[in-house]
Parts: sequence; C-alpha cells; structure tokens
Amino acid sequence: MIGNILTAFITAVFIDNVVLARFLGICPFLGVSQSTKTAASMGAAVVFVMTLASAATWGIQQILDAFGLGYLQTLAFILVIAALVQFVELFIRKASDALYRALGVYLPLITTNCAVLGICIVNIQAKLGFVDSILNGAFAGAGFAVAIVLFSGIQIRMQESDIPEALKGFPSALIAASLVSLAFFGFQGMKL
Amino acid sequence: MTLFRTLRNGIIDENPTLRLVLGTCPTLAVTTAAINGVGMGLATTFVLICSNVLISLLRRIIPEKVRIPAYVVIIAGFVTVVQLLLEAYVPALHQALGLYIPLIVVNCIILGRAEAFASKNTVLYSAVDGLGMGLGFTLALIAMSSLREIVGAGTIFGVAIFGQNWHPMLMAALPPGGFLTYGLLIGLMNKLQLVKVNLKTHPAPALEEGGAQ
Repeated sequence: MIGNILTAFITAVFIDNVVLARFLGICPFLGVSQSTKTAASMGAAVVFVMTLASAATWGIQQILDAFGLGYLQTLAFILVIAALVQFVELFIRKASDALYRALGVYLPLITTNCAVLGICIVNIQAKLGFVDSILNGAFAGAGFAVAIVLFSGIQIRMQESDIPEALKGFPSALIAASLVSLAFFGFQGMKL
Repeated sequence: MTLFRTLRNGIIDENPTLRLVLGTCPTLAVTTAAINGVGMGLATTFVLICSNVLISLLRRIIPEKVRIPAYVVIIAGFVTVVQLLLEAYVPALHQALGLYIPLIVVNCIILGRAEAFASKNTVLYSAVDGLGMGLGFTLALIAMSSLREIVGAGTIFGVAIFGQNWHPMLMAALPPGGFLTYGLLIGLMNKLQLVKVNLKTHPAPALEEGGAQ
C-alpha cells in the first residue's frame, strides 16, 4: 500500500511531470516563475486546488454518469473548478490571514490553469477510484510545484545573463525549459 | 479598423501564439505531427469564431459582473460541440488530440478575445477577429508541427521526404524538442521584427553609399 503510494508519487512528480512531460499549466510556469518565493506560493496553491478539484469532479462525474449526461463533462468540470476556486478563496480569507496573503493573489489565476482541468479529466479517463483520484491530484500538483520552483532558480540566473536581444523573455525561458525537460526525461527509463 | 486589418492583425501583427504567447499548452502538446497541428488549429478556430459571434450578440445582455463565468459557459458549450463532432466524424484525430480537446476551454486565446474584442465590437468584426486569430493560431501550429515532424520523424503529413540514409532526430518530437522549437520560433519572429524596426530607423548603409557617389 505504502509502496504503491510512493510509486504513484515518484511517477507523478518525476516521470510523468504535469508541466514537463504533459505540457499542462505552461502559462503560470513561464509567467509566475520570476522569483522562487512566488513560485513556491503558486505551487502550494495549485497542490491545494488540484487535490480539492480531483475530489469534487470525481463526485460530479458519478452524478453525470447516473443521469447519462457524460457529454456535459467539460462544461460541468470548468464550472465546478471556477466555483471551487472562489469558495476556497473566501474560506482562506476568513480562516487564515497569513495563508491568504501567501496564496490569495494566485488563486483566481488557477481557474484558467489547464493543469487543474487536465488532471481532473485524466483521473476520470483512467477510471481512478475516489482515494486514488485525490492522491493523483495532490501528486500532480506536487509535480507542478517542483517544476516551477526548480525553474524559478534558472529564471533568476538568466535575468543576469547576457542574452541576444531576440531571445530575451519567452524564447530563452522556453529553451531553458527544454533543457529541464530533457533532464527530467532521464527518469523515463526508470522501472517502477 | 477595416475588416482586412482586423483579419491581418490576428494572423501577423498580434499572432496569438508567436507574438502574444497565449495558448502555449496545446501549442507544445499536440504539435508532434503536422496533421495534429492542423486539426487542433481548425478546432480552436471553430470555437473562436462561434464564441466571438455569440458573445458579441449577447454583449448588451450579459451583466458586467458575471461576464467571465458567462463567457466560460459559452466557450465550454462550443468545445463540447467540437468534441462530439470530432468523435463522430474524425475518430482518429479525436484519439490523437485526446485530452487536449476538452482543454480548448481553458485556452487563454479564446477567453482573451472574448474579453478584449467580442465584448466591445459588432458581430461581423468579432467573427472576422475570431477567424484571423484562429488562422494565426493554426498557421503557427502548422509551422511548429511541420518542423517537429520533419526533424523528428523525417516525414511531413506522414509522407517521407528524405532518403533511407536519413536518421531522424527523435528529440524534436519529444517534449524537450517541443519547448526548444517553440522558443526558437518566437526568437525568429522577434529577430524579424527587430530587423524590420532597424531598417525603418536606419536605412540600409549600401543605399547611403550609393547616394554619396
């Protein structure tokens, strides 16, 4: 049991990384990774929302299936995620001021983070059970957090480098992401 | 702005993929083969035109405060239409694009154009804007997926274009190659833009010498 969970964790974080192998959540990955602190906050917010969204959409899918409304999946999921993000924001604001200040700004951005919707759909397509869905959501979120924090370190180094005019900004960030992705590609050979 | 300028704006001046760098996820994920690039581009174009037209029609009815959820529902509706149509008529493409079809909903190009253009302009202009942005996205995807397919597999639209001694560079078709190709393409666009600006501010030196003689 513990072994299975560990395997799932390593697979989601290193082998099948949500950003570097599945290409989900690239916009915040490139946009918010200018400093390690904001990157870590964004990562934490994504772990949080992705875990909750995995649980919520699993329930929604059961209801849709029961009424034969499977084709409404996309519509229902995006609305649930948007509502969930709003709800979480309200809740955090009431519950903890410190947490709200750390995560607050990043929460609305998460609605349009395709990684959240993507992982929820992956959970359903892989026919995962309730607990597995939640774990997969949390681990995929952790994969996002690891990638964005690692990458923020590279971005900071690049801000001080002499880069050709045409490659400044997005192009150099993408080329650096390519190298990080190549490094993570080494994990693909791991047999678990 | 004339209709033609609106169209050109989406394809060249404000190309969503190469100049505004929006919708990066599908750009990187589906461009492993040229045919997927075309499919994704056209599916997104369809959703863009339809959502732009409907949002433009409803722009006086949708209340300001709930406009974003309203736009998302409209977009999700059209994405579902595309998803069902592809599944019914082009199952192979539906299989290849997989997860990334429902993810058209969160493609920021579509919500971006709804907010920035369709909610402020007439139906005809919104439709043309959707078409221009969609074509700009499609052309960028075709450029990227063709490059990756040629380098990564030695084929274009599935047709082999090199002799038997050609060893494809597999990396181009894998995730690292996606990031690299995209970065270099944006870099190329920036370079062209810089050259264009330079030519305007400093006319070519050869011409000046010719004038002095």
